[in-house]
Amino acid sequence: MEKQSAKGWLYLLPAILFLGVFMVYPLIDVFIYSFEEGYNSASQTYYGVGLYNYSYVLRDPYFLQALKNTFILVIVTVPLSTGFALLISVALSSIRPLRNLYQTIYFLPYVTNTLAVGLVFMILFKKTPYSDGLANLVISWFGGEAIDFIDGPYWAKMFVLCLYTIWVVMPFKILILTSALASVDETYYNAARVDGTSKWRTFIRITLPMISPTVFYLIITGFIGAFKAYSDAVALFGTDLNAAGMNTIVGYVYDMLYGNSGGYPSYASAAAIILFTVVLTITCVNLLVSKKHVHYS
Amino acid sequence: MNVLIYTLLTLWALMVLFPFYWMVLTSVKSYSAYNSEYIPQMFTLSPTLENYLEAFTVVPLARYFVNTLIFTVATTAIMMAVTVLAAYAFARLNFRGKNAAFVVFLSLMMIPSELVVITNYVTITNLDLRNTFLGLILPSVTSVFYIYLLKENFEQVPDDLYYAAKVDGTSDLKYLFKVMIPICKPTIVTIAILKVIECWNSYVWPRLVTDDENYFLVSNGIQAIRESGFGRENIPAMMAAVVSISVPLIVLFLIFRQKIMAGVARGGTKG
Repeated sequence: MEKQSAKGWLYLLPAILFLGVFMVYPLIDVFIYSFEEGYNSASQTYYGVGLYNYSYVLRDPYFLQALKNTFILVIVTVPLSTGFALLISVALSSIRPLRNLYQTIYFLPYVTNTLAVGLVFMILFKKTPYSDGLANLVISWFGGEAIDFIDGPYWAKMFVLCLYTIWVVMPFKILILTSALASVDETYYNAARVDGTSKWRTFIRITLPMISPTVFYLIITGFIGAFKAYSDAVALFGTDLNAAGMNTIVGYVYDMLYGNSGGYPSYASAAAIILFTVVLTITCVNLLVSKKHVHYS
Repeated sequence: MNVLIYTLLTLWALMVLFPFYWMVLTSVKSYSAYNSEYIPQMFTLSPTLENYLEAFTVVPLARYFVNTLIFTVATTAIMMAVTVLAAYAFARLNFRGKNAAFVVFLSLMMIPSELVVITNYVTITNLDLRNTFLGLILPSVTSVFYIYLLKENFEQVPDDLYYAAKVDGTSDLKYLFKVMIPICKPTIVTIAILKVIECWNSYVWPRLVTDDENYFLVSNGIQAIRESGFGRENIPAMMAAVVSISVPLIVLFLIFRQKIMAGVARGGTKG
């Protein structure tokens, strides 16, 4: 047993080393940073312990802007993308010909570089002196006024960010929902057909309850993912998100750490911990709500 | 009813494909043609490859590619070695404290990378590893989830095989390489592909630890191109760069379509 024990730990050693240095230690350290006041990264000194970093972050207008942006993004994209993915998946499950082709196409955004495709969205929506861009061309067909979606009004920028986020997260949701729909037992549908139940009623009474754990899983992961949004915004509006007024909470953390406004790991740590308190709270609320409404077989 | 369903599905397919079409289209328009279009044209009659030439000569796109390749291969290889050994220990070996260790590993799965990136940034800076491949690779290696996934798969290999091998005097390491890995190859390949996709698209960590463009990966490269590259206004050349960095993953996806989709359905997260 002693020899076996040593061998087991030996096999685990590389994993433990990596996880210890780059995960466990940083996790403890981030809490320490967040309470050290006046930390100086050059001399690695600080002059006090307390909650100042938190109160600084919570009063920083850039953080409040980032908080607002992130909340809007979450509230708009999570329900829309989940609902729309459900619609597409149900439609996809009801056909046979071309199904594989559609599935392959729908998955493409998952394997593309977020930064790269974001640039395409940027040029589609950007208004330059040379051209109003394609999005504005479509708007003009319907008699609308040209808007700069990239450097223009806040709502327009938010619209593009939400649209791009939905475009990026749809593949995952469609994939998970179609496999959940495929695993619903056929006998339920056959029974419903014998009883002459309408399609809509079958969907509400059978399909939806059967896949509700999956839908719920997607809502939770969707919330967590949207709260951590960052690179989509960088792709559309560039790295100086504070200037564009389009920063997200994660973006605020990184900006505090690095770049022109960087060098403040204490503020970054406090902001990161605030973010995860929010995410944890919302996940717990979701779990409580789901106990009432989700059908676990 | 069917008409309605197909219309919906086709509309979304067009929404997905259109950005891809637009990037390819723009990348083959000449600079002067693109800038003289006040109303964007949906197709071009005189496609040109000059933008691709420019993308690979004016900015060091080839270097970004090589960097990304080195980063992706090294990170995936080290991660696979670490993951296979740990998964084998949890699935096959008996040792004191195994269950406790496994619980600790599982709980680490819930730790978001945004929380640990701050200290990792400080660690790598203090170790003087900024703008090195080591600094890029080391913190990107850990993936608790894949250890869990592979452990589950390893456990499905019948115990009898192990005892038979033990009777024959086969060592644990040999058993791992000769029996476990070949049997579980599909899962191992899936994990490797998912990690490759993740590495190819990683942006945040490389951005934090590199500011020397000799160490930029494609994501950072494309961002640098966007902000200063071709004098900002050369959109066709920018799109040629975008197409170039998107193609490798799309080809990988088309080859391993089934594996990737099954793998993501089992354990991918994004969105």
